[in-house]
Amino acid sequence: MDNRRVYLDNNATTPVDPRVVDTMVPYFHQMPGNAASRNHPFGWEAEEAVDYAREQLAKLIGADPKEIIFTSGATESDNLAIKGVFEMYARKGNHIITLQTEHKAVLDTCKVVEKKGGEVTYLQVERNGLIDLAKLEAAIKPNTILISIMYANNETGVIQPMKEIGELCAKHGVLFMSDATQAVGKIPLDVKELGIHLMAFTAHKMYGPKGVGALYVSRKKPRVKVTAQMDGGGHERGMRSGTLNVPGIVGFGKAAEIALLDMEKDTARLSKLRDKLEKALMANLEEVYINGTPDSRMPHVTNLSFKHVEGEGLMMTFNQNIAVSSGSACTSASLEPSYVLKALGLGDDLAHSSIRFSLGRFTSEEDVDYTVEALTKGVSHMRDLSPIWEMYKEGIDLDSVQWSEH
Amino acid sequence: MAYSNKVLDHFKNPRNVGTLNKSDKSVGTGLVGAPECGDVMRLQIEVDESNVIKDAKFKTFGCGSAIASSSLATEWLKGKSIDEALAIDNMAIVEELALPPVKIHCSVLAEDAIKAAIKDYQVKNGLEVTVVEEAHH
Repeated sequence: MDNRRVYLDNNATTPVDPRVVDTMVPYFHQMPGNAASRNHPFGWEAEEAVDYAREQLAKLIGADPKEIIFTSGATESDNLAIKGVFEMYARKGNHIITLQTEHKAVLDTCKVVEKKGGEVTYLQVERNGLIDLAKLEAAIKPNTILISIMYANNETGVIQPMKEIGELCAKHGVLFMSDATQAVGKIPLDVKELGIHLMAFTAHKMYGPKGVGALYVSRKKPRVKVTAQMDGGGHERGMRSGTLNVPGIVGFGKAAEIALLDMEKDTARLSKLRDKLEKALMANLEEVYINGTPDSRMPHVTNLSFKHVEGEGLMMTFNQNIAVSSGSACTSASLEPSYVLKALGLGDDLAHSSIRFSLGRFTSEEDVDYTVEALTKGVSHMRDLSPIWEMYKEGIDLDSVQWSEH
Repeated sequence: MAYSNKVLDHFKNPRNVGTLNKSDKSVGTGLVGAPECGDVMRLQIEVDESNVIKDAKFKTFGCGSAIASSSLATEWLKGKSIDEALAIDNMAIVEELALPPVKIHCSVLAEDAIKAAIKDYQVKNGLEVTVVEEAHH
């Protein structure tokens, strides 16, 4: 193999855009102020920079700058939103509805809420990865205070019908929270139009730096409040104490500004490349399946199962050169395959055979061509090694085989 | 997780990949694991008149460590008597390939596959089954 390195794991994290890096640099040494220092120019310029970033972010999501609370990342934002609402609205109710396909930052937070006396419904999605709105409405109870539905799934890229969910929440007087980590900066979205009341997102998934995120908290119709989860100096309108990460926030703001400028161009280019990747692999190889509906999906993501090939083994054929991720159990410490794919009704065998390709702003057409070639070779190699591929080719019904579980 | 050079070598250049005629009396076939668990190994041995394994082949659906474990097993099996083959312990595979703790089950599967192949051969030929299945999982 050559020394080429192709990065198709942009749903894990994105490279920081060089324009973002340039904007951040002066805030490390030349302008080192604490945004909470009110009595000298160092503090003033830091505060000014933070406020400007707040405006850039608000513009990206259709919010008011005062509705942006800076955090350390989407995980913290999810924690603050869910635990914060649960505590603040305890008198109104204790029931939360979410999805089985949510990120662990939401699911594990909900588990903690349950331990604290909360009641959580984990709705199943349909086979295409989408929520059934009728089932969601049926799950709403008089004590429901919050519905938390992710905007776009990290593993499959499936986008939920946010506007319809927002309408349901409004109709029933329930707060609507969304983990929009994978969507913000990638597709157009407007929190007011969608009826979202709380929204978590992060810089490092949109070509900004790691370690800085935000929670949008609606201030009007309704005015939402969350109980702080971090005690200290009362920063961020009392909702999140802690000295602001000024360079990170400046970078986050710049990333938002670039996203708004480049979104249309990036989306058009990436969806074309993604489609090319998908079509070429499906033309070159038999028994390739798309996980999650192609009808409502992020433009840069595809999740494919290569039947009778184990994902981690497949990745080993090319991972010196190409970065992707797999839903195979072997890539996780738990030895369980992806719970997201299983929630879509996929058998464990197809979940073990899945690869997620997530393209990004810096992905080139050559990267895609190279990946198609490497994957085609890799899958063929692994199938030559696979006893179940041989059995499948001989026409043996694999479901009728008595497997020895271990 | 970084793989050892030996795992990478077996993965990139797997030894003895293939299929022996499973209906041949001199061939024993072991098929262990399950697709739902993410690994399936098929290991086959061909035994000559003097009770020596003269050929071994494998095919494995699984991660790099599973493929390396079965590849190594076929290498070790060739030229061994049935009794010697039965003495192969999964921990020897772990050591040789420097498998990390999360991959020990791959070596266990390889040992199971060896035993299943020998058992199949013995049953097929009306021999006394000398395979002792350990309760290690």
